Formats: sequence, structure tokens, C-alpha cells
Amino acid sequence: MGAIALAIAFLGVLLGTIVLQASGAFTNYVLTLPVTLEREIADPRGDMSEASLRRGSYNQLIQRSLQSEFPAASSRADLRELFGLYSGLNAASVMHRVIADPSLVGSTIDVTMPANHEIDLYLKGVTVEESITAGSGTIQAGAISGDITLSSDSPAFANAIARIRQQASSERDALLGRAARLEADAAGAASRDAREAGLAAARRAREEAARFDTVIDPETRITLGPRTASLLIRLNGGVVAVSALTPDGREAEGRVLLPLESAEASASWSEWVIETPAAARRITDQQAVYARALEERGMVERRFNTNLFLNADSREPELAGVMGAFIGSVLTMLVTMLLAVPIGVGTAIYLEEFAPKNRLTGFIEVNINNLAAVPSIVFGLLGLAVFINTFGMPRSAPLVGGFVLALMTLPTVIISSRAALRAVPPSIREAALGIGASRTQAVFQHVLPLAMPGILTGSIIGLAQALGETAPLLMIGMVAFVADAPSLGLSGLTQPSTVMPVQVFLWSGASERAFEMRTAAAILVLLTLMIIFNAAAIILRRRFERRW
Amino acid sequence: MADSAAPAHTAKTVYHSVANTHPVKVAASGVEVFYADKQALHGINLDIQDRSVTAFIGPSGCGKSTFLRCINRMNDTIDTARVAGSIRIDDEEINDRAVDPVLLRARVGMVFQKPNPFPKSIYDNVAYGPRIHGLASGKDELDAIVETSLKKAGLWDEVADRLDQPGNSLSGGQQQRLVIARAIAVNPEVILMDEPCSALDPIATARIEELIDELRENYCLIIVTHSMAQAARVSQMTAFFHLGHLVEYGPTEEIFTNPRDRRTQDYITGRFG
Repeated sequence: MGAIALAIAFLGVLLGTIVLQASGAFTNYVLTLPVTLEREIADPRGDMSEASLRRGSYNQLIQRSLQSEFPAASSRADLRELFGLYSGLNAASVMHRVIADPSLVGSTIDVTMPANHEIDLYLKGVTVEESITAGSGTIQAGAISGDITLSSDSPAFANAIARIRQQASSERDALLGRAARLEADAAGAASRDAREAGLAAARRAREEAARFDTVIDPETRITLGPRTASLLIRLNGGVVAVSALTPDGREAEGRVLLPLESAEASASWSEWVIETPAAARRITDQQAVYARALEERGMVERRFNTNLFLNADSREPELAGVMGAFIGSVLTMLVTMLLAVPIGVGTAIYLEEFAPKNRLTGFIEVNINNLAAVPSIVFGLLGLAVFINTFGMPRSAPLVGGFVLALMTLPTVIISSRAALRAVPPSIREAALGIGASRTQAVFQHVLPLAMPGILTGSIIGLAQALGETAPLLMIGMVAFVADAPSLGLSGLTQPSTVMPVQVFLWSGASERAFEMRTAAAILVLLTLMIIFNAAAIILRRRFERRW
Repeated sequence: MADSAAPAHTAKTVYHSVANTHPVKVAASGVEVFYADKQALHGINLDIQDRSVTAFIGPSGCGKSTFLRCINRMNDTIDTARVAGSIRIDDEEINDRAVDPVLLRARVGMVFQKPNPFPKSIYDNVAYGPRIHGLASGKDELDAIVETSLKKAGLWDEVADRLDQPGNSLSGGQQQRLVIARAIAVNPEVILMDEPCSALDPIATARIEELIDELRENYCLIIVTHSMAQAARVSQMTAFFHLGHLVEYGPTEEIFTNPRDRRTQDYITGRFG
């Protein structure tokens, strides 16, 4: 009882973790921009032919649209950060829209595309910690753009300074504590090398801690850099990134990230603190400001992530989806099913009902039972050697994957089908034979229908096992990055593709943080498929059992 | 008559004289059966009359069921079984290679110890035989066969209104009668029954015994039974088997009142078996 409760608890934790992890992947932030399809850029040859439209520079059009949102961004660095809000790959979807409807050229269309995955994670609050608090006192900006000074006749920035100092001193204390621990460990180290390495690490920690001294010292100017939290001041509709503060809290220097509407003194301003230091995150202050500005303008919003379900794999997490792997799995499973089930059930019927009991059939039986215990990667090797090298079949193709998985599934199907046939009471065979049915009639009209639920269950369990296999596909090239979904038809059988568990495996090893939640989402899709398979097994079983 | 003093375990069979009221339907001579290396039957010679009930009695493992299964060649379905000797039905050798056991089994129906209806409807159970043998040319004809078979098996009145219900839903006795109806439906000449009442209660048994008595008018029935009383009640002829030998064969009345072999006497008086 306790063991069952424990198992259920573990299952609950597992599923809970996966669902929690995956939940972030089911929605994403999308960017909607009005893009003007300028004739000379979309149609460089000017003849509106498809070839010409294909050569159009759609990314440039998107960039222009984004630039018009932030006219102040003009330096190369600014533009790079601005254009980093989305992936240039999205230009392809604009191209396809234009080719489908060339009359769009010259007009302005709304282009909706997923925001860059780092921006998405930032807006979801996954990677970056930040807070906004209302400022007190009145501050005056020196200018509305460029490097400016913010001044106040009261210690307006005292709160911010106190917070920065507190954070700095806690980080310094942590570093000093670490250094002390390292030194203590080094004193007791066994070898000289270990002692020296420990002391060196302690020295580095102390050096790093010393860097916070200037921030903590109440008499010196505080400078903010990539290793400290960022302090942004929202004032008069613009944003200023503070780079230095006077210790009295009355003056701040900084750079304007979003131009101010005016340089008037204002009492309604707020402190926007991005606590995660710039060095520890993948988006800059400037990008955070752009993203929040677009959000305020209603051009960035959170939506259901259709890409996850409709796209094939991609290097860009925001564009990556499971569709390619899903179609690959469907095609592979079809081939596996069409091969393994008829051959397996046929073999089981022959061995169980018709084969004479002699040495040859005994030998075959032993071998079938042994095959069930062969490591699945060996089947992959066999597939590589036989199907690809000898027969010259295409690599990475669902056809070959289906062959290999069928070989792997056959023993399971044969063994479970034989068990199901053996479980049919002999009285049924005798009854049929007793009124003059031939052996074949007895088997196919009486024994097989009764064994059907068992055979179906065994076959579906075998197929479900094949659905979750990765190892045998490694050798035949199906563990690969495939950016195009195979077509859902006969021709798809020979196109490169991958399968669901491989997609999970590939994403789990990807470096982008955004793939983490997509891995969990792909696991959920795979689990759903498995549940559908098993439900089908149960339903078929019930239906057949009821009929008899 | 001198045979009555024969010592135990002799291979010699005691035959009572029989009034030949009915022609011989099944004639066995020198039938021997081996399971792998073990001999289960030793030189059985036996003539079975048509339109009568012949009972095979004997202790467990004596070979009576084995011999019964020789008559419709059910032993062929056991890989290790080997049958020698001759069995003729209406002067036709059934152990001949040219005889298709499948066709033979249509002529020689069989009812087993445990009722074994197909897991199908009552109608389909009875109709299955006629269907595979092509005995009915249309739905009406098939309906007629099903009805007459069920009537002959004395089941029609009980199931006429629920022919589409599964055969397994009937009671044990009804199931056994359904199985008999199924056997009758292919119009056999001989019906073999292997302890047909051993799984039934006394009332159902009485019902089956009545049925056997009725069927005697049209078929040659051979019944294996462990119940001496049943053999006495339903059969006209009785054969006593012991250790693979046919010990004694004759009219039931004589076997039970005046057994000539010691073993027969011991068995029917309940001293062994």
C-alpha cells in the first residue's frame, strides 16, 4: 500500500515537473509590425514574377518597420540590438505570403512573428529579475537624448543607492565567505598542487570581492557596470540607463535608451531595476527597453504558440516545432505496423497452429525468443548494414526506420500473439474440428477471433515501444537535425526525417535556454501519443471482447 | 461360454452373442493406438450397430475415449498419436489415406465432455456446420436446418425467441444440447459422445439421456460414460475396456446382469475403477 502511494507520488512529481516545465512553451510572445512592402525591395526585377519576388529582401522591410518604431536607434550597435528582437528567418514567411498573393506588393501588411527566444524568456520573467518602484522627489534631465545628467535638489536616488549597496555587500560577503572556505580547505589539502590551486581560487574570489568596495564605500561615486544590477530611470516617456551616481544621491549620469519627450523637471518618475547583472543575462538593457516599449504600444503580446505544433525543427527555438518529428513518427510507425503486425501474427499462427514440432521449428522458436532480448541498437547496425549499405536505401528515411523498428518489434508481436493463441481453450479447436471444419477454418474462424484481443494488445504494446525508440535510429541517420517536415504521403517515406523521441533527445542537448521548456513540451506530446496508443489498445480489446 | 473362466489381463475379448436387429455401422478390427512410444490400445475388434446406443465403459485411462476418437480420426490432431488397424464405416475404410478426415468428421459428429459452444450466437452455433459444408443453399434453408436441429436436440422451445443471443449464455445442460444440435445440423450418420453428462446436474443429465434415447431412432450413437447407471439406462450394447484392451462386449442387459469376465464383474460391482 505504502509502495503504491510512493509510486503514485513519484509519478505525480514527474508529470507535475514536466507539465510545469512545458507550460511556458505553449505560449510565446509575438511581435506584430506594420510592414510596408516597398516595390523596389520586394520585387527587385520589377516584373512581379515569382523568381523576382523570391529575391526580394523582406528582412530589410521588417527592419525598416522596426526602425520607424524607434527612430532614435541609428548607431550600428543600436540597430544590431533592435534587430535582435526577432529572427531574420521570419522573412521567409513574409515572402511566402507575398508569393501567394503578389497584389500585396506596395501595400502595408501586419506581420506577426515570434519574438526572439531570449526576449520571450525575458518577458515571461524566466531569466531576468527586475522590479519597478515609483521614485520620490523631483528630477531634472540635462537633455532628451545621448549621455545626460539627472539632477535633483533632494536625495532622489538614495533609495536606489541603498539597494545597490545592500546587494553589493551581500555579494561581497558571499565571495569573502567562499574565499575563507577555500583557504581553510587548502590548509588541510593533501598535496601541494591542491593547496596552491585552492589558494589561487581564494585569491581570485578576494579580488572579485574587492571590486565591490568602491560601491559600498559611502564616500565614493558609485559606478554601475555589467557585473552590477542595472538601474534604469523612466522619466517623461523615456528611459535613461544610469552609469554613475553621486554618493549624496542627488545626481546621476547615464545614457538615454529611449528618448525623453521633454527635459522638464518631473516628480512622476520610476526606478526600474534589472537585478540580474548584464553579464549574467543574454539581453541588453537596451533590448529590455525596446521590448517593454513595444509591449506598451501593444505590438508585443503573449499568444498560443502555434509554431510549436506546426513547424519542423529549427535552430531558433521560437520557430522550432514538433511537426516534422510527428510526421516522421507517423510514417515510421505506419511502415512498422504494416510489416511487423501481419508478419508477426502470421508467424505466430504458423508456429502455434500448423508447424510440426521438430528441430527446425524448435530452433526458430529459441531464436525468436532470443531476438526479443537483443539490444535495440544492434537492430540499428543491422539496418545500416543491410538496408542502407547493401540495398542502397536512403539514409534518415522513415522507410528504413520503419524496417528497423519492425525487426525490433517482431519478436514482441510473435511472442504475445503466440501466448494469445495458446490461451484459447482447446475445446474450441475440438468443437470446430469435430463438426468437420478444416484446420485452417478452425484457426481462422474460431481460434484467431478469440485470440484477437490478446494479439492486438501485444501488437500495440510492441508498436508503442517502437514509437519511443531512439537508439536503433541512431545508426540509420534519423537522429539528426531536420529542418523540413517530410510530406505526409508515400513520397515522405524516403525524405529525411526524425521521430518524436529523437526530437526530445536533440532539444534536451541544445544550448539555448528556451529549448528547455520545449523539450518538456515535446515529452508531453510524446506522452500524449503513447496514451492515445494505449487507449486504442484498451478500446479495441473491449470491443472485440464484447463481440464474443 | 468357457471364456468366463479366462484369467485376468488376457488380450482375448469376450463377445456375447448378439441378435442382429440392426446392420453393422462401424466395424473395427485390430485397432491399435500409440502415443509416442506408449501403446494406448491393443488390437480392438468391435462391430457397432446402427440405430442403437453403444456404451463404452471402463476405468480412467482404459482407452475408451481414445478408441472413440479413432472413429472420427480426432487422434490425427495430436502430433504424437499413431493409429494402426482398420475401422470401416458402411464398409468404407476411414483410415485410408484417400479419406479426408474433414469430410469424415462431417459424417461422424462428436459431443465432448464439457459443453463447448462457439462464442457466437445460438443460431450461428448451429448454422456453422451447414455453412462450411455448403448444406444450405439459402437463408430460408439454413433457418430450416437450424430449427429442425434444435428441435431434434429438444432445445427449440427454450431458445426459439433468442436465437441471436450468445451460446455461452445458456445453462450447462442447454449448452450441451446446443452442441448436440450443432452436431446434428451437418446430418451425420454416427454421433460420438465423450462423457456428455459428466459436467451436468442430474436434471440436465436426465434431459440429455432422454434426448439420446430419441436420437437412437435415426443415428448410430456411441457414448463413453463413467456412470454405470447411465450406460444401463441409455445403451443397448456395452463394451468394457481395461488397460487398453477390449475386455467384454455384448448387449447391455447381459453385461450388467451376467458379466463373463472377472474384471467386468469387478468393475460393474464397483470393486475397482
